[in-house]
Amino acid sequence: MPRSKPASLLKLSRRQSLQLAAASTTAALLAAKDAASPVQAKDLPAGPHTTPFVVPLPVYTAKTPIGTLSPAPTPQANVSGGECGRPSHQRAAEFTPQKYYEMHVKEAYHSFHPELPTQKIWGYDGLLPGPTFAERYGVPITVRIYNDLPANAIGFGSPEITTHLHNLHDGSESDGFTGDYYSRTKFGPTMTAPGAYKDHHYPNVYADYDDPRYDATNGDPREALGTLWYHDHRIDFTAPNVYKGLTGFYLLFDEIDSGNELPDPNNPKALRLPSGVGKYDIPLVFQDKQFDSSGYLFFDQFATKGILGNKFCVNGKVQPFFKVERRKYRFRLLDGGPSRFYEFYLANGSGVNQRFTYIANDGNLLPAPLNTSKVHLGVAERADIVIDFANYPIGTRLYLVNRLIQTDGRGPEGPLVNTRGADGLLTTAGTQLLRFDIDSDPAAPDMSQVPAKLRELPPVNLAEVVKTRRFEFDRENEVWTVNGKTFDVDNAVARPKRGTAEIWVLKGKGDWHHPVHIHFEEGQILSRNGQPPAPHEAGRKDVYVLEPNDEVRVFLRFREFLGKYMMHCHNLTHEDHAMMIRWDIVE
Amino acid sequence: MNLNDSPSERGLQNSRRNWLKWMGGAALAPVLASSAPAMAAKAGPRADYFPNAVLETHDGKKLHFYDDLVQGKIVAFNMMYSVCTGICPGNTANLLQVQEALGQRLGKDVFMYSLTLQPELDTPRALQEYVNRYHIKPGWTFLTGHPKEMDTIRRKLGFFNDDPKIDANLATHTGMVRIGNEALDRWFMMPALSPPKQLARAILQL
Repeated sequence: MPRSKPASLLKLSRRQSLQLAAASTTAALLAAKDAASPVQAKDLPAGPHTTPFVVPLPVYTAKTPIGTLSPAPTPQANVSGGECGRPSHQRAAEFTPQKYYEMHVKEAYHSFHPELPTQKIWGYDGLLPGPTFAERYGVPITVRIYNDLPANAIGFGSPEITTHLHNLHDGSESDGFTGDYYSRTKFGPTMTAPGAYKDHHYPNVYADYDDPRYDATNGDPREALGTLWYHDHRIDFTAPNVYKGLTGFYLLFDEIDSGNELPDPNNPKALRLPSGVGKYDIPLVFQDKQFDSSGYLFFDQFATKGILGNKFCVNGKVQPFFKVERRKYRFRLLDGGPSRFYEFYLANGSGVNQRFTYIANDGNLLPAPLNTSKVHLGVAERADIVIDFANYPIGTRLYLVNRLIQTDGRGPEGPLVNTRGADGLLTTAGTQLLRFDIDSDPAAPDMSQVPAKLRELPPVNLAEVVKTRRFEFDRENEVWTVNGKTFDVDNAVARPKRGTAEIWVLKGKGDWHHPVHIHFEEGQILSRNGQPPAPHEAGRKDVYVLEPNDEVRVFLRFREFLGKYMMHCHNLTHEDHAMMIRWDIVE
Repeated sequence: MNLNDSPSERGLQNSRRNWLKWMGGAALAPVLASSAPAMAAKAGPRADYFPNAVLETHDGKKLHFYDDLVQGKIVAFNMMYSVCTGICPGNTANLLQVQEALGQRLGKDVFMYSLTLQPELDTPRALQEYVNRYHIKPGWTFLTGHPKEMDTIRRKLGFFNDDPKIDANLATHTGMVRIGNEALDRWFMMPALSPPKQLARAILQL
């Protein structure tokens, strides 16, 4: 099958796409006739036609906790009770769970679009995307995650799971380390027994909890995260497992990002951003997927550069629409991969850019909102934006558009293809991914606001730095490497001490783009190629995009918990081809 | 359509059917007739994906690639050539430890294969000498064949670079291992220099 290199479908009409599919047929025919020619043609079949903007955007309210778990959760793995063999939960007595959840990872039927066949996917609770968690700092929870996937599933993906919560401040045993996978019959190299489920203990605690200066607030509120997401991290199979559906959101609120837009005399610190998960606070996960000509999800298991789709899904639907009221909304944008970069614009029906407000990067509120026309995201990066639809009359249609052209896993095309105007904005028409229909006036006045100051940044104290480490992301002999080495699941290449700070220098080699993710701690970019970071990157981050030859210096601290964590390229194909290191926090 | 099929399985079947559609019946018949005479006997998920060319083993056997080497098996492939002084010696030494770690299952349901990048020079005899030199035990088979067919197989396994110059340069040849369970149609790759224990566990858990 001619599958390896997806076509650029961004600027093609339907007719052109068909021509392209016809060309690929010819290529396949030639390949079949001549064994010496490349077996994989350059173009990806377009897949069946899907009419855009006929499916409503799925939005979830928050997942509901359950009263008790049976058997009751224990800090030590309850192997005899059916749990997999994991290390004990750290500090379970200090952060006693106050809420419990059960989640079942299973095969289920899903419709990506009414013109595509309903088909089997893998989902948390059978949903694609998985349920949304809405949690609060100071309220620890336990989530029991069952693996109910069929052991002998045929096709891409591997039915053992390890659920990473990106990027919670939690013990490594609940972080979803790549070697911590489990099923009823199998377990990963860093586990001790198989099991039907695993209890993840999420303390929902600010970093710097152990610093006495922050005793009054149980950690430094400047370290809060807001938009987190969870996804599978099974070693060697993360890309297909996530692609099959294993992605969901986990939102965190506190006094400042209070989740309440109404005036509250008891909480003067509240920012009162647009609130109400699933109502005016809407997570959006963008995932491009390949569908074959019969409309079934296709994943090239033999691709090594990256996987690009021929259709764009938002919250699991191809090009949905969303009816909005004439008021402010908060959207939490996530590039859910597997390999594509996006540059999002808000445009009217004529393609004219509209301005909006950028409030958080990688789930972390910026010190001050940015008024902007674009958001650029690499895989796993997040951006929270606020759009005020009160500026438009009822009946207006606006579009979230991706103007960035990318035709293979290497990264977006260069400036010759992705041309920018004097204003720095991309000039290509792009693809409309999501349509906003300005539908009605709100029943109650919009009390939400975007204050001029959001969340302060924690200070960067370079005097705390005890070590500088350099990591080079490269490729030799078709092998992805970090500092010339491949992934070793059992041995850490860096062992920072708890309570210290370090500078990590991330260097991209060759002509590849690598969105590098560091688990557990949010860092601050000190410099990108010797320059201070751009305003949208000047907050706290956990994904650092390396364009070819970029060098990014990051200030990181290592606090509260011990154990094994990871740093890896979040182009999921690169990650599965071992572009990853293990690092451990030690005493 | 069997509802118990996984989406990918159904996708695969559908892709095949559509590929046939695209090809057109008239064009299809001669191509299939010339390239896949054994097609009727094939049954596994990747029967139509992999060629069924006849390859020669280091110990002189002639085997069909798909029918005899891949179908229904857990397989690990790497690329090498016998006079390589680049990455091959190190990779082979590491894979020897993997071979040890695979234990009893090697040669039963798990198979290691090395495909030569220089089929013109790497005769079965040359490959046998390589096997002797590295004290490679049974269950790990070295393969050569018609250069065009070897090249097709290499590409099907995902061992290629888009840049023809890099792809043709033996000095930069791939250091990855393609691993798969054909019956489950589950495939992935790991570097040949991965820790042997990690590589062996990944293979045995497929």
